[in-house]
Amino acid sequence: METTLLAIGTKKGLWLATSTDRQNWTLSQPHHLMSEIPSIGIDTREGRTRILVGMMDWHWGPTVVYSDDLGATWSEPEQGAIKFAESDDTALGRIWQLQPDSTDRPGVVWAGCEPISVWKSIDGGQHFELNRGLWDHPHRSEWGAGFGGAAAHTVMPSPVDDTVHVAMSTGGVYRSTDGGQSWEPRNKGISAYFMPDPNPEFGQCVHKIARDSENPQRLYAQNHHGVYRTDDGAETWESIADGLPADFGFVVLSHPRRGGTAWVIPLKADGERIPPDARLAVHRTDDAGATWTRLDNGLPASEYNAVLRDAAGVDTAEPVGVYFGTRGGSVYASADEGETFTEVAAHLPDVLCVRAAVVVGAAAGVGSP
Amino acid sequence: MSPVTVLIPTLLRPLVNDRSAVEIPLEAPAPVSALLDTLADGRPVLARRIRDETGALRRYVNIYVDGEDVRRVDGLSTPVAPGSEVMIIQSVAGG
Repeated sequence: METTLLAIGTKKGLWLATSTDRQNWTLSQPHHLMSEIPSIGIDTREGRTRILVGMMDWHWGPTVVYSDDLGATWSEPEQGAIKFAESDDTALGRIWQLQPDSTDRPGVVWAGCEPISVWKSIDGGQHFELNRGLWDHPHRSEWGAGFGGAAAHTVMPSPVDDTVHVAMSTGGVYRSTDGGQSWEPRNKGISAYFMPDPNPEFGQCVHKIARDSENPQRLYAQNHHGVYRTDDGAETWESIADGLPADFGFVVLSHPRRGGTAWVIPLKADGERIPPDARLAVHRTDDAGATWTRLDNGLPASEYNAVLRDAAGVDTAEPVGVYFGTRGGSVYASADEGETFTEVAAHLPDVLCVRAAVVVGAAAGVGSP
Repeated sequence: MSPVTVLIPTLLRPLVNDRSAVEIPLEAPAPVSALLDTLADGRPVLARRIRDETGALRRYVNIYVDGEDVRRVDGLSTPVAPGSEVMIIQSVAGG
């Protein structure tokens, strides 16, 4: 049986929703109730589905857990999957990103964390090594903290070569072309209006980046004001915000197979973090940002909650499913690339992370904590 | 030798075979950190719940030695005498 799994990480636990038609969803009881779930990675490589979860318990700290049976049972690496060495004199704050690499790099999973750091696992997420190239970067002391904390929130390995892009708040986009050994800022063209020099080499507050599926040199970026595209691997960026109701927002998603298609979920402004006119809508481009189509069929007429940077995702089905959740605890699913949405869940805690995948089997009702 | 009794909060009891208290033999006064080292020996998950990887007590975890909050005494260097009662408890936090 082919099932779509929708993993919903919230401020107070993880919910797993499943559907065989992407219209009717079955929602689990909460897993890891009361833990924040800011990061989820669904790894469908190697013939199994592993749900990796970056948890944050305000009392007991951050940790990575995973389930290979769709949430029936959870495992936690005893020593902690991600932890700094004693000599680093710092402690892991929060796991912001768990990103399985491409299918031809089985076992490789990347993590982005707070404090700003990138980590790489080669054993499917059971143990991660700190990327020293970025950790020892001379810019590190100048990177700042956004409201949510100072974190590498996006780690994006290229499927075709040793390029890795990282996005951090605040710091901007950094790129490695040697698999993570060395890193350079790549923010030319992206404004940092909140700094004395609005066009610095680094320091931008990028909220999310996504890679085009057909052209790995093409990326999309949703910034703290500003929506951008690069066609040269981030050497230069240009605005693609024309046609959007606002250039603020946290989310950007790319189509898993079709080049030129991406989604954003605009918010009115930095100072007014609600959907423009309180009308929640997803916007899709099919021409790499030249034009945008507003998509709100099935979404509420009035919505005052924001959608956070990882609270949105796509699946790999045909047509592609688009999913997102709000800070008001509503989760929406579209089985037709955003043309129409149905509500999967409502009144959950603030949604922090949403990930979807086509899997085999059905999700467990509830797992052990 | 009079053991120290370490009271374990409910949420951490699954990590100590569901016990509410663990007795740790102690012959002479020792700092809280040493006591935690003994408690965490063979229990790496428990260790990570109480202290981060720098060895610091997690911000919202409190430890009391005979009713005294160690943060008001000498932190994890606070001495624990044989026969003491050490309470590990989560602080009031969250919303």
